[in-house]
Amino acid sequence: VSVEAEVTAVFRAERGRIVATLIRMTGDWDMAEECVQDAFARALDHWPREGVPHRPGAWLTTVARNGALDRLRRTTREAAILREVADRSVYDEPMDLDDGGIQDDQLRLIFTCCHPALPPEARVALTLRVITGLTTAEIASAFLVSEATMTKRLVRAKQKIRNAGIPYRVPPAHLLPERTSAVLAVLYLLFSEGYAASAGAELIRQQLCADAIDLATTLTQLMPDEPEALGLLALMLLHDARRGGRMDDSGELVPLEQQDRTRWDTEKIDSGVGLLDTALHRGNPGPYQIQAAIAACHATARRAADTDWAQIAQLYGRLVSMNRSAVVELNRAVAVAMADGLAEGLALTDALTEAGELDGHHLLPATRADLLRRMDRRGEAAVAYRQALMLAPTDTERRYLAKRLSEVTAAVARPMPAGAPTAGQVAVSVTPSASSISWTARQDGTTPRPEG
Amino acid sequence: VKYMLLICAGDGVEVPPETPNIEQWLAKVGSRRLHGSEMRPISDATTVRTRGGEVLLSSGPFAETSEHIAGYDLIECADLDEATEIAASHPVAYFGSVEVRPLHE
Repeated sequence: VSVEAEVTAVFRAERGRIVATLIRMTGDWDMAEECVQDAFARALDHWPREGVPHRPGAWLTTVARNGALDRLRRTTREAAILREVADRSVYDEPMDLDDGGIQDDQLRLIFTCCHPALPPEARVALTLRVITGLTTAEIASAFLVSEATMTKRLVRAKQKIRNAGIPYRVPPAHLLPERTSAVLAVLYLLFSEGYAASAGAELIRQQLCADAIDLATTLTQLMPDEPEALGLLALMLLHDARRGGRMDDSGELVPLEQQDRTRWDTEKIDSGVGLLDTALHRGNPGPYQIQAAIAACHATARRAADTDWAQIAQLYGRLVSMNRSAVVELNRAVAVAMADGLAEGLALTDALTEAGELDGHHLLPATRADLLRRMDRRGEAAVAYRQALMLAPTDTERRYLAKRLSEVTAAVARPMPAGAPTAGQVAVSVTPSASSISWTARQDGTTPRPEG
Repeated sequence: VKYMLLICAGDGVEVPPETPNIEQWLAKVGSRRLHGSEMRPISDATTVRTRGGEVLLSSGPFAETSEHIAGYDLIECADLDEATEIAASHPVAYFGSVEVRPLHE
């Protein structure tokens, strides 16, 4: 392993916690980031000559901290902070990176980056920038905004933390449940951004998923008593496990039913299911655990036909009672169609159409179209596919819907799939993550995003 | 940190029954509230603009919005979490809204 590779690995593993510690010591986010950056630059310079230190994280923290002290000494304006830092006798602070204090720093940083007083898009960006160390350009490209826009977003967020007095701490007990769900929502949004299929920037998107999983793992270690953190991690792993089957060789999305299940990552599925079991044993199920359970139903079905739709329908029912949203209802409608019959599912979508909550959203007509197609009501299916086509936000989805439309409008009637309904192409609109993202979205006011 | 709480409410909004009264709120905030007051209605407001040396007066608030500033409270507390907790327990937060603005100082 080259020293550069080692530095990169240490960067991924340690950067967040070193920045967290530096912020606590100096109270200055920008300086903390700069000093940590300098420390990694020093590492690249020193380690090839002197060898990688026994505890690289401790080495980097010391260098970054000394850099911060040097900077503070140079500015008399910050003499007070320097005194305060010195009072905390950072020079004598033990450099055990596993100690509780440093873990607290990490948790402080996560909670502060995800503070609900920050705009949702800034929470995600700040988490990526400050904790995982993605560059502003990388984050901008992942979220399809210009680098200038992203820079402004990050600067404003840090300014607000400073000017509005957002505290750098783990919230007190009475605020913790609400704030924890804000943190989980940010991590899941981060994962969803990475998971949503999109041309270009594919590597960064994979990085987002990996970072989200890393952060969720950290969170489960820092908050071992929080079953929803375990549930979220399980959910991410169960989705991520299916990554290999989601696209065909030409880059087109493959519906869940048609995915080659041998391309799914069984190790990730196993660890997702294991985490979910641990979480459910706490006896306090929440929306992430329920969604993970739905994802587990899909991920553990050996063939699409083995999918336990009755259980999935029941789980969506529970999700509706915890976190009702129109998209969750829509997913439940599909599960009911698969479990109890197409007509029952279609009736549920009719109710949604009447309620008007999903007006302007392609998922509703796309789902209706698929159900109608399965019922061989081709004329109505075509109308619904056309509606969906007009509303679909991405080319991939439009291509998929257009293909379906041409099938149901084909002059010569071909036999429709016989027998019991299967998951099929409804999957384009209703895989578990569509609902889960919408759940996250409901909290953050962002647009639901479908998954392929 | 000093925060200005801008107390905003719409016209003719119904006050929900669970709304605490202002005395309870004042007792809770105690000395953290530096000063504050209710304001007379927007029909008593005058907006002033000076343009090119000319003073323009108009009747009413500076912007047409569904909610208007009905009062203010200046508070001083440790951080935003404390300020938002104070704001959340203000009676008007139960039917209107409270904007929490840190002062520039």
